[in-house]
Amino acid sequence: MHARPTFAETPPPRAPRAGDHLNIVIVGHVDHGKSTLLGRLYADTNSLPEGKLDKVRDICRRQGKEFEYAFLFDAFLEEQEQGITIDTARTFFAWRDRHYIIIDAPGHKEFLKNMISGAARAEAALLVIDAQEGVKEQSKKHGYLLSLLGVRQVAVVVNKMDLVGYRQDVYGAIEAEYRAFLAQLNVTPERFVPVSAKIGDNIANPSVHMPWYTGPTVLDTLGLFRKETAREHQPLRFPVQDVYKFDARRIIAGRIAAGRIKVGDRLVFSPSNKSANVKSIEGFNVEPVPTEAKAGQSTGITLDEQIFIERGEIASLEDSAPLVSTTFRCNLFWMGRRPLEAGKKYLLRMATREVECEVAIIHRIIDAADLAARQTQSIVGRNEVAELTIRAKAPLAFDLYGDFETTGRFVLVDQYDVAGGGIVTESVRDEQTVLREEARRRDIAWVKGDVGHDDRARHFGHRAALVLITGDRHTGKSFLARRLEIRLVADGRHTYLLDGANLRRGLDTDLVDADTKEMVRRFGEVARLLIDTGLIVVSTTNTFGQADHQAIRTLVHPAPVIAVHMSKTEDAPPPNTDLAFAGPKDFEAIADRIVEELKRQGVLAQAIGAKQQFHYSI
Amino acid sequence: MDTHLRRLEDQSVYIFREAYKHFDHLAMLWSMGKDSTVLLWLARKAFFGHVPFPLIHIDTSFKIPAMIEYRDRIVREWRLNLIIGQNKEALANGMNHTMGRVTCCTALKTNGLKNLLAEKGYTGVILGVRADEEGTRAKERYFSPRDKHGDWDFREQPPELWDQFKTTFPEGTHIRIHPLLDWTEVNIWEYIRAESIPIIDLYFDKGEGTRYRSLGCAPCTAPIKSTARTVDEIIEELRHTTVAERSGRAQDEGRGMELLRKDGYM
Repeated sequence: MHARPTFAETPPPRAPRAGDHLNIVIVGHVDHGKSTLLGRLYADTNSLPEGKLDKVRDICRRQGKEFEYAFLFDAFLEEQEQGITIDTARTFFAWRDRHYIIIDAPGHKEFLKNMISGAARAEAALLVIDAQEGVKEQSKKHGYLLSLLGVRQVAVVVNKMDLVGYRQDVYGAIEAEYRAFLAQLNVTPERFVPVSAKIGDNIANPSVHMPWYTGPTVLDTLGLFRKETAREHQPLRFPVQDVYKFDARRIIAGRIAAGRIKVGDRLVFSPSNKSANVKSIEGFNVEPVPTEAKAGQSTGITLDEQIFIERGEIASLEDSAPLVSTTFRCNLFWMGRRPLEAGKKYLLRMATREVECEVAIIHRIIDAADLAARQTQSIVGRNEVAELTIRAKAPLAFDLYGDFETTGRFVLVDQYDVAGGGIVTESVRDEQTVLREEARRRDIAWVKGDVGHDDRARHFGHRAALVLITGDRHTGKSFLARRLEIRLVADGRHTYLLDGANLRRGLDTDLVDADTKEMVRRFGEVARLLIDTGLIVVSTTNTFGQADHQAIRTLVHPAPVIAVHMSKTEDAPPPNTDLAFAGPKDFEAIADRIVEELKRQGVLAQAIGAKQQFHYSI
Repeated sequence: MDTHLRRLEDQSVYIFREAYKHFDHLAMLWSMGKDSTVLLWLARKAFFGHVPFPLIHIDTSFKIPAMIEYRDRIVREWRLNLIIGQNKEALANGMNHTMGRVTCCTALKTNGLKNLLAEKGYTGVILGVRADEEGTRAKERYFSPRDKHGDWDFREQPPELWDQFKTTFPEGTHIRIHPLLDWTEVNIWEYIRAESIPIIDLYFDKGEGTRYRSLGCAPCTAPIKSTARTVDEIIEELRHTTVAERSGRAQDEGRGMELLRKDGYM
C-alpha cells in the first residue's frame, strides 16, 4: 500500500502542534547519495517551500544539466558545480507528530571535520551506502566516528538499488558485511533499508520494485528513532560557566549537565572541594520563582555562603562527586591541520574547564577501516583516531564517558582551532592522588564557622595565599622571607613567616629524620590551617625538594601559591615558578615584585584587566 | 513553556554566556525585527535582566520610520546601550537601492557594519540569523570566524562540537556569534507568545489585509497578504504556509545572499 502524502490544494501542516523534536544526521561515503536522499525526502513529503523545486529545475535547465535532488540543499555555488556537499546544512522537517532538524553531512574525507560538527549535534543517524559501490572507506570511518561521538541509534540506508537491478542478494551482502563491522564497535543498527533516492523507492513511499522488502521506509524509520532519555535522574553535574555580580546577587551561572539542583542542596565544587548550600535559583521573567532546576537547563544559583569559585569547577552532591586527577586515558579523533604530537602543549577544554595539557603517551592509532591497531608512533595525523594518555597542568574534575556524557568528553585546541575531540575511558592515578584524596575528604568534612573566606578577605583587605620561596642554600631565601613579612605587615596585610625547620622541634618530634614524606604532609596541613585563617603565609622550606613542593601545593589547594625561586646563576627555574631571581640581589626590589605579583594574582585587592572581575570584591 | 522552546532557550543562553566569558569586546546587532528582538530578550534571560554589552543598529536611513520609534522606546524602557552605525560617505554619494540591490546592501549594511566594527574594535558580534532562513545560513556555525576583511570562508569553517566553540582567533579577525541558529520562524513567534515579548506592530495586519513577515529597508521589503492581527493568528498562519519567509526580501533573489554573506553580510 502506498502511504502517499496528499498533494491537495492545501499542503499538509508544516509544523504540527504537539510532539517531540529530534536531531538526525545523514552520513556516509562521498557520492553515495546523502543530499539526494534528503532532497527526495522533502520533495516526496511536499515539504519544500512553494516554488523551490521549480526554481532549482529551472536553474538546471538554464545551465544545461540534469536536475538532481541534491541541489536543493547544496546552497553554495561551488557545491553545485562540483556536485559535492562541502559543509553540513541544518534543515527543518516535520512529519506526523515530530519535528526534525536533519543535518546533511559531507562525505568527502577532506571535509571530515564538517561531518563531525554535524554528527556531534545528532541523536540518531542515517548512514548511506551505495549498493553498486558497496562499503567504502568513509562508510566505515563514519560508522566508527558515530560510535565515538555517542550517536547510538544508526539506521543504514542502502541507496541506488535501481543501479543493481533491485537485487536482494546485493543488498543482503552489504547488510551482512556492514552489520559485522558495526558489531565490532558494539553498535547494533536499528535497521537496514534498501532505497533508490533518485527514483523515490522506499523514501517516503514503499517501493514497487522491491516486493521482497516489507520493512519501513526512510520516512517511517525517522519516526521509529527514539528520543534520548532525560539525564535528570543521574547524579548532579553542574559545570560552573561563569559567576555574575550585575546587581546585589552573586549568581553562579551554568547549564546542568545531569541531575537536578534544589534549593537547600549542599553542593560540593570539584576540584576546589569547597562547599555551600543552594540559597536560590535565579531567572529572568520566570513566575513563580523556581525552587528546582534540572538537566539541560541553563540556570543560575546563589549560595548561602560567599565562597570563591571559578568557571570550570563542577558542582555535585557530596556522595557522588566526579573524579579528580591531572591524568586520564581517552579515545581521540584528530582534525587538526598539523598532526598531534606527544609532548606538545595543547589547550584542553572539558565542559567549561580550560587547562593546558600535553599528550603523555600515544598508546595506539586505530585504523577505522579494519579497526586494527597500527604500530605505536609519536604523532597522530589528520582524520586519525588514537588511544592516548593525557596529562593536564593542573588537576581537573571529570567523569568517565560511559557514566556521564558532558563531563566525560573534551576537545583539544591547537593554535586557534578545536583540533581534536575525545572521550575519557579511564582515570589514571598520578603521584599526587593519595594526598589529593586526603585533602578532598578533609575539605568536604571540614566543620566551618560562620565567618567565611570572603568575610575574612573583606575584613583583612586581602585573600589568603602561600608564598613559597625556593632555591639552593645561601641564595638569600631566608633573608627575603623576613623582608617580605616585614613589608607586608607594614602595609597592613596579615602575614606569617612559617619556616619548615620550626615544625621539627615541635610537631615532628615523634618522627625520625628520614621520614621526609610525613614531614612534608604535616607542613602542608599546617600551612593549609594558617591559610584557612585568612593569612598570607610566607615560607622557606630548605629541607624539601621539588616533589615535596608539589605535595604542599596539593594540600593547600585551591589557595593561590606564589612560587619565588632564588638562585646564584641563570639556571632554568623549576616548573610552576612565578618569579625567578638570579645573581646579586636587591631584596627590597624583589619584595616589590612579589607584592606586584600578589596583586596580579588577585590576592591583594586591585582591579584586574579592563573587564570587571565579579568573582571577588572587596 | 513547550519543552522544545525551553531547549532552544537553554542553548541560546549557553551561547550568550560563552560569548560574554570569552570576548572582552562584544556587541550585539539589533535590527528591531522579531528575531533580533527575541535575541535581545534572550540576552536578558542569560544575564538575569541585564544586557552587559552594547547593541548596534546599522541605520541605512531607508528603514521604515515606525522601526526607529520602536527602537528608541525600547532603548529607554530597558535602559540599553545603543550604538548607531551608518555609512555616511556612501549615503552622501547618493547610494540607494536603484543602484543595484546587492550593491546597496553591501555599501549600507555590510560596509556600514564593517566600518563600525573596525572603529570600535569589537572582536565578537552577536547576530540573530537562523538556519531556516536561507541556504547559506543553514551551513553556519554558532561561532563563525570572519577574516581581516570581514569575509566568510565557508570552505574552511572550524569544527564545532559538544558546545566547545571557537573563541580564540588571530588579531584583526572577529567572530560572528549566532545564538538563534536552531530556531525556526514559528519558534520565534511561539517564544514571543510564551514570554509576552513586546514586538513591533508592523508584523500585524491593521485592517488592510497586509502585514510584514520580515523587516528590512522600506524600498526592498514588501508586506504580504495576511489578515493575522495577533501573535496567535501569525502562528496559525505559519503552520499552514509553504511560502518562504524571506520571499518579500529582494536581496535573496538569484545568488544574492551567498555573494553578500561571503563578503561579511549578516
